[in-house]
Amino acid sequence: MHPILKTMQTAPVPAPAVQVRIVSKLYGSFAALKRVSCTFAAGGFHVLLGPNGAGKSTLLRVIAGLITPSSGIVHLLGGDPLQRRDRIAYMSHAPMLYDELSAMENLRYFSRLQHPGANCDCTGSPEMALRAVGLDPTLTRPVSQFSQGMRQRVSMARALVGDPELLLLDEPFSNMDAAGARELVQLLLDFRTWPLAGAGGRTVIITTHQYELVSDVADSVVEMRAGSIVIPQAAAA
Amino acid sequence: MIYLRTVWLHLRKDLRLEWRSRDAIAGMLFFTLLVTVVFAMAFDPTGFPTLARQMSGGLLWVGLLFAATTALNISWERERRNQVLDAHRMSASPASALFLGKALANLIFVSVIELALAPVFAVFYNLHPLGEVRWLLLILPLGTWAIVVNGTFFAALGLNSRNRELMLPAALFPISIPALLGVVQATTGVITGDFEPQLWIRMLLGFDVIFTTACILLFPTVLHAE
Amino acid sequence: MKRLFFILCAFSVALLGFGFYEAVFVAPVEATMGPVYRIFYWHVPINISAEVFPYVNMVASIAFLYFRRTRVALAEKLDALAIATAEVTVLYVGLGLATGMLWGRPVWGIWWAWDARLTSFLMLFLLYVSYLLVRRFSAGSQSAVVAAVLSVFAGIDVPIVFMSIRWWRTQHPAPVLTGEGSLDPSMWPAFLINMAAWFVWGVVLVWGRYAVVRREQVATEQIALQALEV
Repeated sequence: MHPILKTMQTAPVPAPAVQVRIVSKLYGSFAALKRVSCTFAAGGFHVLLGPNGAGKSTLLRVIAGLITPSSGIVHLLGGDPLQRRDRIAYMSHAPMLYDELSAMENLRYFSRLQHPGANCDCTGSPEMALRAVGLDPTLTRPVSQFSQGMRQRVSMARALVGDPELLLLDEPFSNMDAAGARELVQLLLDFRTWPLAGAGGRTVIITTHQYELVSDVADSVVEMRAGSIVIPQAAAA
Repeated sequence: MIYLRTVWLHLRKDLRLEWRSRDAIAGMLFFTLLVTVVFAMAFDPTGFPTLARQMSGGLLWVGLLFAATTALNISWERERRNQVLDAHRMSASPASALFLGKALANLIFVSVIELALAPVFAVFYNLHPLGEVRWLLLILPLGTWAIVVNGTFFAALGLNSRNRELMLPAALFPISIPALLGVVQATTGVITGDFEPQLWIRMLLGFDVIFTTACILLFPTVLHAE
Repeated sequence: MKRLFFILCAFSVALLGFGFYEAVFVAPVEATMGPVYRIFYWHVPINISAEVFPYVNMVASIAFLYFRRTRVALAEKLDALAIATAEVTVLYVGLGLATGMLWGRPVWGIWWAWDARLTSFLMLFLLYVSYLLVRRFSAGSQSAVVAAVLSVFAGIDVPIVFMSIRWWRTQHPAPVLTGEGSLDPSMWPAFLINMAAWFVWGVVLVWGRYAVVRREQVATEQIALQALEV
């Protein structure tokens, strides 16, 4: 076993959910991430702050495995991000839903994709996810006729339906009013209390530039500017 | 088994999306009909039945090829809208299943067009095939699959490019020339009855097998390219 | 390395000159076609070389796809090689088509015949023009992967194209003479020298283009590294 992993296991704190080590991402001659290193503790509510173009979204997408870093390593739930796809979920300000399908049809589709081996008909879990975000599963309207806030909730349900251990949210409040945003934060707090087999607990990493919405609940804050981390306040475990 | 079930999941989703919007099929139907009419005006098929027999195979497939490219772009546009593609790139199920599901859906769409337009085509061009018509039962699906499998692949290849609408034909048409040649020759063989289409059917079969394999093997690379 | 390049460059120019001399002044006049047949000494060597570079391109592209995550530096070199070979392929196939048409006009009486070879080469030309086009169209960081995938498809397609077009032409035999026949022994030296000359010249072009692309890549990397430091 790798010596670093060994010391991590003997340490009293739980293994971190995400470890980012000296990660850079270059687009041609533009550096979106500059040798970023950080750690996100398991079971925490982590906030990535920073102005537009600071590299928050890029970092989140690197963690999600949507972008391959130019250099550096990402460890996720103790392994390679590509091997952990069934345990993480990603949600951005784009809803990632099919407009023509109803909420329930969307969720059924994505939950089966996330667990291709599952033998059940999986009707229970999409319904639960929809009820969790406060929507009626019997709605047959296509998603395109939903209001902006409702679509965002369905999108949230899509992220939750795979029962993820790690939830990554990229600017989830951008299309929401203040009340909707507060509801979403409450939902995220609920999500963290869902029972989970194994130690560590459920982890949330969220990027936003509206810190006031999450300042009460954040366990740790990482602030980025121009592709680098400038403030690792409350060192994340 | 799980793989096949995932392919079916994608296929059913694409069929349902098309059923709700009917964009691709309506567009293709109208486009192909228009091509048929315009070419009929250019060649006057009822006046020259022999010429019509020799030309119609080529006309049919050129029309279908152009129509299919519009449908192929639409089929990936659905995944781009709302960034659903990111969800696919993060999903735990095999990427090639997404490709196969979509290619099969496109095969069904283009086949619907063929079935709907075959009678119209025969009437407009006053066609009485002189060869063995039953061969068409093999030629049509094989030829359609040849266009659709590479087309679905190259439409995905161009998803992030600056001008997607230009890129699909630029990549697809040169690669598909052997398949087009084969399918046009086989169809002409059936319509004119001058020669047997078997050689071309075998060639199409080989083309389909080779390129389906290549597409399935390379699709994960394409999906995860940034 | 640089010196070797210029030595090879000089060598190939000398060979081209010598080949020209051999073909125009030394080789005998052909019986049926007369002096116009001499274009054969460029046409055939160019076309044979043009069939080699696509495969270098395909092998480089497959290796690029294999190494692009694990050995980035090597992958960049392979990508540069793929660009260079694709461009030289288009140039050579284009030259081959042009010399073919120049030859066809006096001998067949027409600029273009849909005979098996000309058609196959036209398809080869289209395939690699499409490769270069797609490379231009695709987005920056993705274009190398997209182009490599297309190159693999093109490489698979080339034998199918050649086979299918041969079937097509044998099914509809056209009154077109096939050209070669057997070569008189006195014609061999001029042919072989030109063969070597055009092949080496092609290698020089690939090398030169490769060096240019590499420099561009290194320059981009350097700017990026500076951006990382700030």
